[in-house]
Amino acid sequence: MTSLSATIQDVFNEPGCGKNANKSEAERKKGCTKQLQPGGAAGGCAFDGAKIALQPLTDVAHLVHGPIACEGNSWDNRGARSSGSNLWRTGFTTDINETDVVFGGEKRLFKAIREIIEKYDPPAVFVYQTCVPAMTGDDINAVCKAAKEKFGKPVIPVNSPGFVGPKNLGNKLAGEALLEHVIGTEEPEYTTPYDLNIIGEYNLAGELWQVKPLLDELGIRIFASISGDGRYKDVASSHRAKAAMMVCSKAMINVARKMEERYGIPFFEGSFYGIEDSSDSLREIARLLIERGAPAELMDRTEAVIAREEAKAWAAIAKYKPRFKGKKVLLITGGVKSWSVVAALQEAGLELVGTSVKKSTKEDKERIKELMGQDAHMIEDMTPREMYKMLKDAKADIMLSGGRSQFIALKASMPWLDINQERHHAYMGYVGMVKLVEEIDKALYNPMWEQVRKPAPWDRAGESWQDRAMAQMDAEAAALAADPVAAEAARRAKKICHCKSVSLGAIEDAIAAQGLTTVEGVRLATDASGGCGACAVRVEEILASAAAEPAPIPALQAAE
Amino acid sequence: MATVTTGKKSCAVNPLKMSQPIGGALAFMGLHGAMPLLHGSQGCTSFGLVLFVRHFKEAIPMQTTAMSEVATVLGGYENVEQAVLNIHKRTKPEIIGICSTGVTETKGDDVEGYIKLIRETHPEVADLPMVYVSTPDFKDAFQDGWEKTVARLVEVLVEAPRNPERRDAARVNVLPGCHLTPGDLDELRTIIEDFGLEPSFLPDLAGSLDGHIPDEFTPTTIGGIGVDEVATMGQAAWTIAIGAQMRRAAEAMEKKAGVPFRLFERLCGLDANDEFLMFLSTISGRPVPLKYRRQRGQLVDAMLDAHFHIGGRKLAIGAEPDLLFDLSSMLHEMGAHVMAAVTTTHSPVLARVETGDVLIGDLEDLERLAREKDCDLLVTHSHGRQAAERLAIPFYRAGMPMFDRLGAGHQLQVGYRGTRDTIFTIANLLIADHEDNHDATPDTWRTDGGHAAAVH
Ligand code: SF4
Repeated sequence: MTSLSATIQDVFNEPGCGKNANKSEAERKKGCTKQLQPGGAAGGCAFDGAKIALQPLTDVAHLVHGPIACEGNSWDNRGARSSGSNLWRTGFTTDINETDVVFGGEKRLFKAIREIIEKYDPPAVFVYQTCVPAMTGDDINAVCKAAKEKFGKPVIPVNSPGFVGPKNLGNKLAGEALLEHVIGTEEPEYTTPYDLNIIGEYNLAGELWQVKPLLDELGIRIFASISGDGRYKDVASSHRAKAAMMVCSKAMINVARKMEERYGIPFFEGSFYGIEDSSDSLREIARLLIERGAPAELMDRTEAVIAREEAKAWAAIAKYKPRFKGKKVLLITGGVKSWSVVAALQEAGLELVGTSVKKSTKEDKERIKELMGQDAHMIEDMTPREMYKMLKDAKADIMLSGGRSQFIALKASMPWLDINQERHHAYMGYVGMVKLVEEIDKALYNPMWEQVRKPAPWDRAGESWQDRAMAQMDAEAAALAADPVAAEAARRAKKICHCKSVSLGAIEDAIAAQGLTTVEGVRLATDASGGCGACAVRVEEILASAAAEPAPIPALQAAE
Repeated sequence: MATVTTGKKSCAVNPLKMSQPIGGALAFMGLHGAMPLLHGSQGCTSFGLVLFVRHFKEAIPMQTTAMSEVATVLGGYENVEQAVLNIHKRTKPEIIGICSTGVTETKGDDVEGYIKLIRETHPEVADLPMVYVSTPDFKDAFQDGWEKTVARLVEVLVEAPRNPERRDAARVNVLPGCHLTPGDLDELRTIIEDFGLEPSFLPDLAGSLDGHIPDEFTPTTIGGIGVDEVATMGQAAWTIAIGAQMRRAAEAMEKKAGVPFRLFERLCGLDANDEFLMFLSTISGRPVPLKYRRQRGQLVDAMLDAHFHIGGRKLAIGAEPDLLFDLSSMLHEMGAHVMAAVTTTHSPVLARVETGDVLIGDLEDLERLAREKDCDLLVTHSHGRQAAERLAIPFYRAGMPMFDRLGAGHQLQVGYRGTRDTIFTIANLLIADHEDNHDATPDTWRTDGGHAAAVH
């Protein structure tokens, strides 16, 4: 466990993480982990995160050491795609029983590895630690080492038991396992000046293949993909690549940064979601490769491809403009939080509502990303009724989101499009963006809506459950309005920082009492924005309004 | 008579089994206003949640005590306490159902003791129904978690009748196993009500997870049987238990409230339903309604039409014990041969499966056996899809999870009507497979050159 906690600490110290850069030493120690509230909705565990990050490696056996819960309830449930082996979709687990819990499960684990190698002969076995064997002290590192020596095959320990933290920590621990045990352990057959690593992309719904043809056309080789449609050998020799692209999600920033540090492979953070981001990414890839020795003409060819693809995509999207006129989209996502998706939707004539995102200039990009992240965060904490009201108030025609809000939207007869991990459609690159717009059109104009929205013929007006819910909430709002004291209490109770559970009132009081003027100051005083950091923008807004109109200090101080 | 063996492998490959805490959680979801709570780390709940969401295509209420690494060492009292208080405050449930997990059983948290202490220290939850079931992941399977939870619900919530002599003759309790779908429960309710009886289902997933548009927004379960109604189940004249897994709950009911029970191990098949309807007729004192006489005729006709296609088929089936017993027996009665049978956990019915061996194992075992025995029909849950593809044989999805097809909650197999539809669906799969893959060609029966293709 000591080496595991050291690794976790190391991951928390990740300087490549923008959020970490502006944290104090002590805060960084606490890490990005959101302290989960008992009795709250659960997110995935660190084991889940590690598996999400590595399972798309297609030709290795992924063996889960633990009771049936960890693998039995969840295997073969990811949307990644493979162009080769299907071994990654095979569920392997030690399914430990009571005896293993009492006497230790190391022997079983070792035998399990042997069985897998004998039956399936994969290039490598990845062994995932889970909570129960971590508690009983099974040393998977030692077992993997022994198995590796015995069978002459890489056996990689992935030390990320669920209870050490949430999914995003698991992503990084998975990256650490690759850095420690895989990357740099083999040599490629040959290299070219056009060798590119892609890091943190999982090929969901096969979306990497929406971009790969363009790279192929430019002669750029995906040298190793970590991990979507990836192969073990490619990852093991990925230290010989010329450049790397780290795909938008920060999931594996540690891999990209440490590969730069250790092997001198420069990387950039980019995205293939949205037209402009795709173009920017292609340019950046060409630029890095040229910097590392590829001929300069690569850039000209890249620009030509970009110009051609952009023209095609914009033309395809333009067709939807008249159909989308006046239509409003509610976009809620912490996942595909790309500014250029927003830009493309706006280009197609859609108006974004409900979120904090209005018509925007490119300069607002970072800010918008953060705001959207915070909105997605807020949704996680909403009750279904509140969510419904938000949909209604936003007067949106369609909602784009991931996860839990799906059924609320659909049951409220609101067109909805899945943009989360299990989605069926691929939305990457130029073709992907056009596809997204097409899907929005299909959802919006399905004739079914008209019928499902009609009340049953025997229902009287105002009697539907939607009407009742709204009436109830309106009544509550009216009661609040009539009672200024309660209204003020409700306003102040509004949660701003969801990670650390800090209310608006607490922040306002701290600002007023201590004369705070910076987000940093508020964080030190209240802990707000000390978690994932997404609410920093909200805190800024509160600071701004506090500066504009000084809070009614006397009453408060009298109360204290 | 089948012999039951347990696989000797150290590594389960392509698990058939799911864990018992989520079986318990699902049982709690059949109660009105319930919030199932897994006492464990967050991931255990999250995986269960995703699994149910993908199966039912519904929002699922389920929460976690969010045990961190440190908490697992120190014990989880504070986590359970906070979870209960938070849930009470935020979602106002009528009942909280708590299942333990491997993480909290390894150390052995005394959750019953915790609940007592929480009641004492927090008056606001002193009277809130809370039911705890011990369901470690490293033992047993999904079906066992369901079984234990329903039995526990009976023990804790049912009240002994004040006057056992004066039972309500029209009331029957129905204790359905977890192999029945919400659609099955709806069908049973209709049948029972058609005899003038008033059934109480425990648990009642039909009201909660049948994929309807809700009457209200609640973060807890919607529909399901209310805690008050469960309390009065002791007054019923009879208990009908469906599936051998429900014997434990039926016995608990008998012990606590003196309600006699009748166990129906199967409700898919002609004989099984004849027995069921005659029982209802006897306890209600009413003749079998005309509607069911017609349905019986339709089922007989379906059996006649389908036996050409199902007869002689070699079946490979992987399912939890009660579902395995029910479906394999029905297909056996239609002339199929049960060649490979794999299940998840022990049960008295396994010895009576119409085959030589029942293996407690995984889908790798089922795939291997199906290949060895040259099976030409695969029946299991959605995770069988990879095996079906490799075996290239017709695949009928049954059981949970069913995440790659719609309508899992409405797949009907009980009653004359459900049996009829199941037979038609399977026969049609076989017909389509024959048309697509096994139709006669000029070379089908040619024996020279060793190119004889098998034809079914
Ligand atoms: S939290 Fe632990 S026990 Fe639960 S699923 Fe994750 S790794 Fe498995």
